[in-house]
Amino acid sequence: MTTAFYRRDRSQQPLPLSPGYKSTVLRAPVRPLHALEQTSLEQSGPALGHTPLGALDHDLIRNAATTGDALGERIYVFGRVLDENARPVPNALIEIWQANAAGRYAHVRDGYLAPLDPNFSGCGRCVSDAEGRYLFRTIKPGPYPWPNNGSDWRPAHIHLSVFGEAFSQRLITQLYFEGDPLIPLCPIVNTIPDKDAVDRLVARLDLRNQEPFDCLAYRFDIVLRGRRQTHFENRTEGL
Amino acid sequence: MNDRLKETPSQTAGPYVHIGTAPQAIGRPALPNQPGPVIESNTGEAIVIEGLVRDGSGAPVRDAMLEIWQADGMGRVGEYGLFARATTDFGTGTFRFRTVRPGRHAEGHAPHVAVLIFARGINIHLHTRMYFPEDREALAKDPDMRRLEPEAVATLIATEDGKTEDGLPLYRFDIRLQGENETVFFDI
Ligand SMILES: [Fe+2]
Repeated sequence: MTTAFYRRDRSQQPLPLSPGYKSTVLRAPVRPLHALEQTSLEQSGPALGHTPLGALDHDLIRNAATTGDALGERIYVFGRVLDENARPVPNALIEIWQANAAGRYAHVRDGYLAPLDPNFSGCGRCVSDAEGRYLFRTIKPGPYPWPNNGSDWRPAHIHLSVFGEAFSQRLITQLYFEGDPLIPLCPIVNTIPDKDAVDRLVARLDLRNQEPFDCLAYRFDIVLRGRRQTHFENRTEGL
Repeated sequence: MNDRLKETPSQTAGPYVHIGTAPQAIGRPALPNQPGPVIESNTGEAIVIEGLVRDGSGAPVRDAMLEIWQADGMGRVGEYGLFARATTDFGTGTFRFRTVRPGRHAEGHAPHVAVLIFARGINIHLHTRMYFPEDREALAKDPDMRRLEPEAVATLIATEDGKTEDGLPLYRFDIRLQGENETVFFDI
């Protein structure tokens, strides 16, 4: 038997309509969301984290390399995928995409003048282990300008797409890097009204987990929606 | 209950979502086992779902990514559930899925396809459902649909649009993000 997930706490989420981020003005629905009870459909999901991935999918320094490693500040991005009950989420599929060290995306629609890196595609994947742990090796992306209020600048960020065990847990977000002065200035960051919620999108420098003489490390934990506790589980915990 | 962790906030998928989720849209090979717009299943009748996502001005959204999740043709979810992902065309804005007609997965509920929409300007993904026009009777009894105004229900029902070039039934499902005939989006 599956149990329902807690309702999404929208106070921790960005506002759909945030005029400082101009693209929301014509794309945010005006009508309120309609609340529905979950069915077995939303309480289950595709088992994408149970299929094999390529050996270098998690290593963006090498997975598109042609003449050598990707250029830039070498980093690990790692952490745990948990649910709201602080339980690890194993077999979560995490897909990431990012700009290169110069702030340029390897994408036909990115016309930024900064150069492409022939050894970097900016695409990676990995699956969390039994304790919910995940790890990527990549380069730190550069900030980039974008047309919004004139030339706004995005803080350095990595886009993440996460599948937990159920469709209800689906999440796409972005992680930022500790100490980046562009974070509080970013109209996309500022679609989130709660400052503590913004803080939870900031990956922390973790020197203990560096690779000496090779690679810095940033820690970023991901929290997906959790299931309501059943009476049975409460009783078991009380024993 | 206060010691519950808080869900990680969402951020927009942005205009370059294809790099990480649909590389074939930008001329790169898909990764092994990466989901695409086609579901192969022998559990039901093959169908095609096609549509446009339109913004508040009526313009097609050409940089969206959509995901569907549904019961198989026999109404089974969980490990039998069917998933696909498509992006809207850079030129026309059209998305297209090939799947099978879902069976009924929950007593009293009309069969449907769950649809998520991600795009630049969408800060947290939108969740809607596509129902089938031939299920009028089941829709009239569906507890979720009975709590909506008829005009709202109408935004969730696909229209039959003849056959594809391969002879498959074609359903058209246009999504209006904002404004007149705005699609109903759910908090589930
Ligand atoms: Fe970005």
